[in-house]
Amino acid sequence: MEEDHLNHTCEFLLIGGSAGSLEVLFRLLPLLRADLPFPVALVLHRRNSGDSTLSELLASKTLNPTQEVEDKEPVTPGTIYLAPADYHLLIEHNRTFSLDYSEKINFSRPSIDVTFESAAEVYGPGLVAILLSGANEDGTSGLTAVKQAGGMAVVQNPDTAQMPFMPHYALTHLPIDHVFDTIEMAAFINSLT
Amino acid sequence: MEEEDIDLLLNDLFDLYGYDFTRYSRASLKRRIIRLCSLDKFPSFAELRYRVRNDPSYLKRFVEEVTVNVTEMFRDPAFYKSLREEVLPVLGTKPFIRIWHAGCSTGEEVYSMAILLKEANLLRRSLLYATDLNPSVLEKVRKGIFSLALMKQYSESYISSGGTADFSSYYTAQYGQAKFDSELSEKIIISTHNLVSDSSFNEFDLILCRNVLIYFDKELQDRVLKLFDASLGTLGYLALGTKETLKFSAVQHKFKQLNREKIWKKII
Repeated sequence: MEEDHLNHTCEFLLIGGSAGSLEVLFRLLPLLRADLPFPVALVLHRRNSGDSTLSELLASKTLNPTQEVEDKEPVTPGTIYLAPADYHLLIEHNRTFSLDYSEKINFSRPSIDVTFESAAEVYGPGLVAILLSGANEDGTSGLTAVKQAGGMAVVQNPDTAQMPFMPHYALTHLPIDHVFDTIEMAAFINSLT
Repeated sequence: MEEEDIDLLLNDLFDLYGYDFTRYSRASLKRRIIRLCSLDKFPSFAELRYRVRNDPSYLKRFVEEVTVNVTEMFRDPAFYKSLREEVLPVLGTKPFIRIWHAGCSTGEEVYSMAILLKEANLLRRSLLYATDLNPSVLEKVRKGIFSLALMKQYSESYISSGGTADFSSYYTAQYGQAKFDSELSEKIIISTHNLVSDSSFNEFDLILCRNVLIYFDKELQDRVLKLFDASLGTLGYLALGTKETLKFSAVQHKFKQLNREKIWKKII
C-alpha cells in the first residue's frame, strides 16, 4: 500500500457519504492526525434542518479545525470543511469554494458528483476522493471524473457499510484504487502527504 | 470543454448582446453551460457557440438556462420569522415602505414577503419591486401562479416562520396550480434589471437578494453590494442568503448585522 501513494501527493481530500455515513465519520475523524497537511471537504446528504449543529458535532470528533463552508472562502490546508445543507459545493480554479443552489442531482443537494467533478478539474492528480455508505447512485460519476483527471478513488468496503449500495455501485462501474474499512481508511489518510 | 472555450462564448455574449457573464462564478457557470449543451443536444461546444452567435432568439433560452432559477416560498423559515419580528415592526413606523427583491427569479420570495406585509397590516402602504435579468421568469411573477404540489411544503415553512393563518386562504387552487390573490400581486412592480450592468433606480427600506451573490465572483459581489448600499436609505435593511456575507466587502463598515440571520442594518 505504501508504494501506491509514494508518488502521490494529496492536495485535497474529498469524502462523500449518504445514509449510514455519519457513523463512519464519527469513528474515522477521531483517528485522524491533528495536523493534516491538506484540506478536507465532506459532502453529506442530509436533511435541510437549517441549523449547523452537524458541523459542531463533527468538530467535536477531531482536533483539526472543522467548519461549514461559506461562499468564496479559500480552501485552506488542515481544515475540514462541511458542505452546507441544500447547496451544491464547487471549487474555483483560484482554490476558493463556490456554492450553487441549482437543481438537485441524483435527488441530492449537495450532490457528491458535483463536488467531485468540480474538484477533479482543479486538483487533477492531487485529488483523493472517498465514497462512503449510502443508498443511491451519487458519487460514481464523480469518482469517474476524479480517475480521469489522474486522482485517486477510494470506497468504503460495502461489507462494512450500513448501506452498501453506493460504494458497491461505484465498485461495479469503475476501477477503484482502494477498498477500506474505517480503520484502514484512517491509516491511509494519515499516510497521505 | 476548455476554459478558453468559455471565454470565447462569454466574449460573444458581451460583444453581440451586452450580457456580461465574465465575473460569474466560473465553476458553476461552466456546469450550467455543459448542462445546456447536453439538454439541447449540441454535438460539440462549437455548435453551441455558433447557435448563440447566429440566432438571437436562442439567447433568451441561453440566459434562462445558464442562470439558476430555483427558488421557493418561505425558504429558511427562521429568516422570515426574523423579518416578521424584528424588521417589519421598524418598517411599520414609516408612512411608506419600499422593498426591492433583486434577482427575484420566479417570485416565490416576493409573494412570501407580500404575505408577511399583509399579516403585519402593512401591505396597503408597501410596494415590492421585483427585478431579474430574465424577462421570462418575471412573467411568472406577474401571474403569481405556482405548482399546487408544492403548497404543502410551503405551508409547513409558512407555519414555521410564525404564520398563523390558513396558508391556502392566500391562493385559489385550480388544475394543479395555485394562483395567489391579486391583493398580493397588485403591490408588486416588475422590471428587468441586470445587477452586473444596471445602476440604482430608487431608494429602498429593505433590499432582499438571497442566493444570487453566490453566482458572482468577489469583485462582482463587491460591485453589487455597493449598488445596494447606494439604493438603501439610512437605517435600511439588507438581507442575503444563508451562506452569503458582507464580511470582507467594501461596504461592511456601513452595516451592522442584526442577529444570527443574514440581515444587516445600514448604520451610516
